[in-house]
Amino acid sequence: MQIIENKEAYDVIIVGSGAGGGMATNILANSGLNVALVEAGPFFDPKDTKTMTQLKWPYESPRRGASSTRAFGDYDQSWGDWEVEGEPYTTKEGTNFLWWRARMLGGRTNHWGRISLRFGQDDFKRRDIDGLGENWPIGYDDIAPYYDKLDKMVGVFGSKEGRRNDPDGYFLPPPKPRLHELYYIKAARKLGVDVIPSRLSILTKKLNDDRGICFYCSQCSRSCNAYADFSSGSCLIFPAMKGGKVALFNNAMVKSVTTNKEGRATGVSYINKEDRREYQLKGKVVVLAASACSSARILLNSKSTQHPNGLGNSSDVVGRYLHDSTGAGRAGFVPALMDRKTYNEDGVGGMHVYSPWWEDNKKLDFPRGYHIEVWGGMGMPAYGFGFGATEMNKLIGEDANVGGYGNKLRDDVKRFYGAVVGMSGRGECIARHDNRCYIDPNVVDQWGIPVLQFDYTFSDYEVNQAKHMQDTFEKLIYAMGGTPLGDKPTKDTNNGYGLLDPGQIIHEVGTTRMGDDPKKSVTNAFCQLHDADNVFVADGGPFTSQADKNCTWTIMALAMRTSEYIVDQINKQNL
Amino acid sequence: MDRRESLKSLLIGGLAGTTLVGTGCQPETTPVEEAVPSLPVYGRTPSEIERDEKLLQEVYLNEHELATIAVLCDIILPASDTAGSATEAEVPEFIEFIVKDLPRHQLPMRGGLMWLDQESNSRFNKVFKDCTDEEQIAIVEDIAYPDPDGKKPLMSHGIKFFDLMRNLTLTGYYTSKVGIADLGYKGNMPNVWDGVPKDVLAEHDVDYDPEWLAKCVDQSKRGTKAEWDDDMNLIS
Repeated sequence: MQIIENKEAYDVIIVGSGAGGGMATNILANSGLNVALVEAGPFFDPKDTKTMTQLKWPYESPRRGASSTRAFGDYDQSWGDWEVEGEPYTTKEGTNFLWWRARMLGGRTNHWGRISLRFGQDDFKRRDIDGLGENWPIGYDDIAPYYDKLDKMVGVFGSKEGRRNDPDGYFLPPPKPRLHELYYIKAARKLGVDVIPSRLSILTKKLNDDRGICFYCSQCSRSCNAYADFSSGSCLIFPAMKGGKVALFNNAMVKSVTTNKEGRATGVSYINKEDRREYQLKGKVVVLAASACSSARILLNSKSTQHPNGLGNSSDVVGRYLHDSTGAGRAGFVPALMDRKTYNEDGVGGMHVYSPWWEDNKKLDFPRGYHIEVWGGMGMPAYGFGFGATEMNKLIGEDANVGGYGNKLRDDVKRFYGAVVGMSGRGECIARHDNRCYIDPNVVDQWGIPVLQFDYTFSDYEVNQAKHMQDTFEKLIYAMGGTPLGDKPTKDTNNGYGLLDPGQIIHEVGTTRMGDDPKKSVTNAFCQLHDADNVFVADGGPFTSQADKNCTWTIMALAMRTSEYIVDQINKQNL
Repeated sequence: MDRRESLKSLLIGGLAGTTLVGTGCQPETTPVEEAVPSLPVYGRTPSEIERDEKLLQEVYLNEHELATIAVLCDIILPASDTAGSATEAEVPEFIEFIVKDLPRHQLPMRGGLMWLDQESNSRFNKVFKDCTDEEQIAIVEDIAYPDPDGKKPLMSHGIKFFDLMRNLTLTGYYTSKVGIADLGYKGNMPNVWDGVPKDVLAEHDVDYDPEWLAKCVDQSKRGTKAEWDDDMNLIS
């Protein structure tokens, strides 16, 4: 069985169609370049009624949306999660890492939380502040013009707040808070915890003629058929395809970047999942946007005489400095929210208010901050609704012998509906040389491609941060007049104070970090490999550090900057 | 209708979805319609459809078990003045499916039902479903509440089982059309969110702060294309 070569030589081959790959496709194709977009999963369009889950009722699913087939439930629009059939990964003994992979056009942008936060000036220079990790080779001023363009191109709601390290943008107006969010605001202000309107990539107002306006179903995780939330396919790739410059390859799992005698890239080699054969595409430039760990895997699997340690890996940094956001949460029962009059408070997908980091780390026993996301309200029931119903009676001091069955139970369920408020902390984890992924020498996936093994541990910094989160959540719940549910997480809960496993927040970045020193970084400040000038990385891989801010907005701003740089370099005949 | 078919029809609520088999070389034979289970289109991938079809073909709970579940479901959620009962909301059908979908429920469900029948046999010399309402309630009263102090050591397994039954009944009910109406959930439809209703705000000790409100969307202008000045102020 021989390798099948595609005759056409593309100007640019882009691997992966998520936030970074979609942006690269849009900018490069609209610049007139011939682009091949290679995606490991099938085609997906949020408008397709066959695959659409938006506005489905729980009873349309026989399992009522339970998570037996999709990690976040039946209606979550991610094909593939922490497990993908036939595509395993391994972890070093005694460590844990969960690796999410969405195998579909648009990748994870079809289900993501749409939280779109700019990194601030401090976030690029943390080493200068606390001596830990590494500074980015760029600063806020380098990326700000791209954030600006991104806001206007893709759309994000928020409010001008003038906060030093949470830069404002060109915002669409935010939605009004829900009832439980008003309780949260009041409690937060009482405690001196900052709280502002959230910043989400959802169109609360008309942005352009191609996309609809939010109709408040709260289901952005199901991918909007009106294109009113940002998904890479509907907002970047489909518009780019109209120009006729994009060749889309679906179900094409890239194995490696092919290189020539000079060590420059000549294209990519991929497995077609439909016929299980190996194909090669030729391209003048290769942009890897397969997600931080997938791009690292492709580079590590691209060994040649010129690149014996894997492409771009003369520094031995590919796969290292892997870091996900930290995460911990708590929920509380708020009696003032009992016996509610019901009305439609679905709102947008996600919270309408949030707390950006409000403290000074110099006064704390951990160096980096976190933000708080708030949840609650009278949401649509799904599998799990009503579990543990009788437990709630204890919290209002009623006899335990209340509501065990019958119409009293029915009344209780209704009384407690909408009376639980939850908080999730999402923080910055220090990027470390020894937290990494590398090729497992013993395991291949069903496509014959060597898989990743992960080795990731937390330090006291993350554990102390989680402790601070738990203390804060509890204070906030009490300030709302509530009672925290369950036992307070201790140092022995999960990874310490309820700290979730690495990879669980699905913000993994840093595996091909950027820097000026080729011995200590994989790419330069334009996300271009130090070792091969026609290979770029346009996902979260080049992040030197992540801030406590969700990575997508910065992935897209960087991808835009990288793409404009590629066009410029091609025009100057440097590529 | 054989047992498998009756379970299928129980699940799909009738013989929806039929195919023709046995046609072809024997033209005098009347085509036989065989029920094949089907589900509504709810956005599945091909491998998910395959899994659903496999689960629909499987049989786990037997008729006696399902009948007992039906009795228990309606004790947990009988009809009220305004809403239908658990069986009217097809909760047993949901449980029949979910124990196949989430096999971790299988043994606790099957064993729990057996525990219940043994308890009822020892008290009344009848299986649970054949007991009178009063007899059934006598047992349920002993297992329907938590027993944190361990005052009812002989009931601990029954309490555990009833907890599972109650969880699955509540979930199955409140995710059904009947239950959603009873709960009063009003969403899952296009609308324009413009804040908490005034009468609700008045009932609570919170309000919209004018400064905050000024930042929020003016829904009368949602259809007007966004424009900004150079200082990031929205001007449309």
